[in-house]
Amino acid sequence: MSAKEEILARITSALHDAPVPAPIPREYRKGSDMPRAELIELLVDRLEDYKAHVDVVEQEELPATIAERLRDAASYVVPHGIDEAWLADAALANDGRRRIDAPGAVLSVTDLDETGAVLTSSAVSIAESGTIVLDGTPSQGRRAISLVPDHHVCVVPVSSIVRLLPEALPRMDISRPLTWISGPSATSDIELERVEGVHGPRRLDVIIVKGL
Amino acid sequence: MSNVFMGMPTLPVFGMGNLHIEEPFPAAAHRELGNTQMRANLRHATHTIRDKRLKVVAELPDWEELRDAGSATKNHVMANLPALLEEFEKNFTARGGTIHWARDAHEANKIVADLIREQGTTEVVKVKSMATQEIGLNEYLEERGISAFETDLAELIVQLGHDKPSHILVPAIHKNRTEVRDIFLKEMPNVDPDLTDEPRKLAMAARAHLRRKFLSAKVAVSGANFALADSGTLAVVESEGNGRMCLTLPETLITVMGIEKLLPGKEDLEVFMQLLPRSSTGERMNPYTSLWTGVTEGDGPQNVHLILLDNGRTAALADKYGRTALNCIRCSACMNVCPVYERTGGHAYGSTYPGPIGAILSPLLTGIKSEENSSLPYASSLCGACYDACPVKINIPEILVHLRGEDVDSKRGAKKLPSQMDLMMKGASWAFSSGKHLALLEKGLPLGKLAAGRDKKIKALPGIAAGWTQSRDMLAPPTQSFRDWWKKDHTPVAPTHKQEN
Ligand code: SF4
Repeated sequence: MSAKEEILARITSALHDAPVPAPIPREYRKGSDMPRAELIELLVDRLEDYKAHVDVVEQEELPATIAERLRDAASYVVPHGIDEAWLADAALANDGRRRIDAPGAVLSVTDLDETGAVLTSSAVSIAESGTIVLDGTPSQGRRAISLVPDHHVCVVPVSSIVRLLPEALPRMDISRPLTWISGPSATSDIELERVEGVHGPRRLDVIIVKGL
Repeated sequence: MSNVFMGMPTLPVFGMGNLHIEEPFPAAAHRELGNTQMRANLRHATHTIRDKRLKVVAELPDWEELRDAGSATKNHVMANLPALLEEFEKNFTARGGTIHWARDAHEANKIVADLIREQGTTEVVKVKSMATQEIGLNEYLEERGISAFETDLAELIVQLGHDKPSHILVPAIHKNRTEVRDIFLKEMPNVDPDLTDEPRKLAMAARAHLRRKFLSAKVAVSGANFALADSGTLAVVESEGNGRMCLTLPETLITVMGIEKLLPGKEDLEVFMQLLPRSSTGERMNPYTSLWTGVTEGDGPQNVHLILLDNGRTAALADKYGRTALNCIRCSACMNVCPVYERTGGHAYGSTYPGPIGAILSPLLTGIKSEENSSLPYASSLCGACYDACPVKINIPEILVHLRGEDVDSKRGAKKLPSQMDLMMKGASWAFSSGKHLALLEKGLPLGKLAAGRDKKIKALPGIAAGWTQSRDMLAPPTQSFRDWWKKDHTPVAPTHKQEN
């Protein structure tokens, strides 16, 4: 008998009393009608609590803000699907610092390790917990690019913000590799003192864009 | 394959590995109580996490509703486990992943070792995982010439310090910063000799130490917090990014997961991802959660394996009073509120699972007849704080009492009784069967007074009660019984006001 058959048989025999559990009550909050301005405020509050830096900007201000956040980076990577218009600021034009990660032209891990920053978009954000979800679509890129560089600049369109996790899940494509980010990398393993940044990016800059 | 009875023996098959404690809890606890440094560290830690947890839990107006949903979901999973496992396997496999089944720790270890060897490597990076700790994977690999590097900071401290974890969330919580620095200086190659004990400096030393390993590792080993049956998705919850490194960069990823970790589907994440981080670290959300479904072309490992582990879980499931222990999502909230854990620390529980959940889960997985584990259900004051804290409402005190009963029964069956417990029980029924008997017993009370020292505390009791006083002092009984006092102070008087009614 294979291990699978044996384990399933053990389970079946363990459930000899055929338990019939009660139906699952779902009385918790499933939706909210929080106005957009408050959603932004809540998300900013949560992200800052995690020691992320947050800008809230109008769409026209986005390129300049991105340029500003990337100013100190010796080099930065962008996924191939990033909106070109976001990189339109003069400070980023003909930028020798820019590296594009694309299917068929991926950067090696060593390349990424030598890259100072990364710019990505995001799929959905949850205000109540301060969580930003990346789903690996072309504007967000494969998981490694938002992990290895030490500084992550992440664009959050206002239309992608919801208040509650139950509102966010229907917006996620579960079959894609998903990364939920709530602040920069952190540890509290030594005497529970929080230290930002261990293995993931030590700096997280979030740019919330109105009208997007 | 159908799930109907297939002619298998119905006896439960118990787990092996780091589930069996080596020393009975009372003896281990007695020794650990002498470690004042550890107690102080632990007290600070459990109280800090506890306060943070209460704060973020209070933010959610629907916390109790989330608990109800979480608890009911898990009961549903356990009742439908065969079908959910089949569904999960089908979906994970359809997405290019490979599933292995392991009856016990040994089988799981062997599958992992073989998979690593196939890749022609002798080094792997590891994400913190209770399942691999339970099966003793690191030791097994070490014996076969494979080095497994723990990448979670706390696990790294424990591993480099040749120590054992003492808490499931913060395994090195018994070490303070100076101890951590000393371990790093002694055990970490190329470490800066001027390393100070500032947590930031220590964390950065770990970062430097592990960075090369992450970037060059061919194989990673992880556990999983959740598995979604309807999509074949796995989830790992973490803080440092070491998990993301392991789950993303190597070509081969091997995950070991207990069969009880399943959830029906994506919708259930909305419950559990609210319950887990808040109960665990007291945060609104942990810094990183990774979800992957089999293999994704061009992103992450292309050779993806999952080992579904029994190792006593089916035995626990067979115990209809104890099976809800399998609902545990390993948040550690119960240990942070447990007065016994706070004083003895995690090492006293001996097995992979410490604290209140360990006191029920270990004996359920190994069977109560596992000689030393049979002391674990007594490692509790039954105060109920763990039940209140548990996000999936596992009634730990009730299961503790049930297991104590099993223990007594099993010993009686083995002709080890009449034990002191039996005699005490007999004595109690004799005493309570008649007021005269009780009065007679109470005459013995002043003796208790003598046994107590000047501080009016009894420090050692004989026999089975010794287990109780080994880790706590007991207030001496009063010099006279309530009955005696009542008799003396309440000479019956005629009920004078009765007529007024
Ligand atoms: S028993 Fe409950 S409180 Fe304890 S670790 Fe498990 S889920 Fe958390």
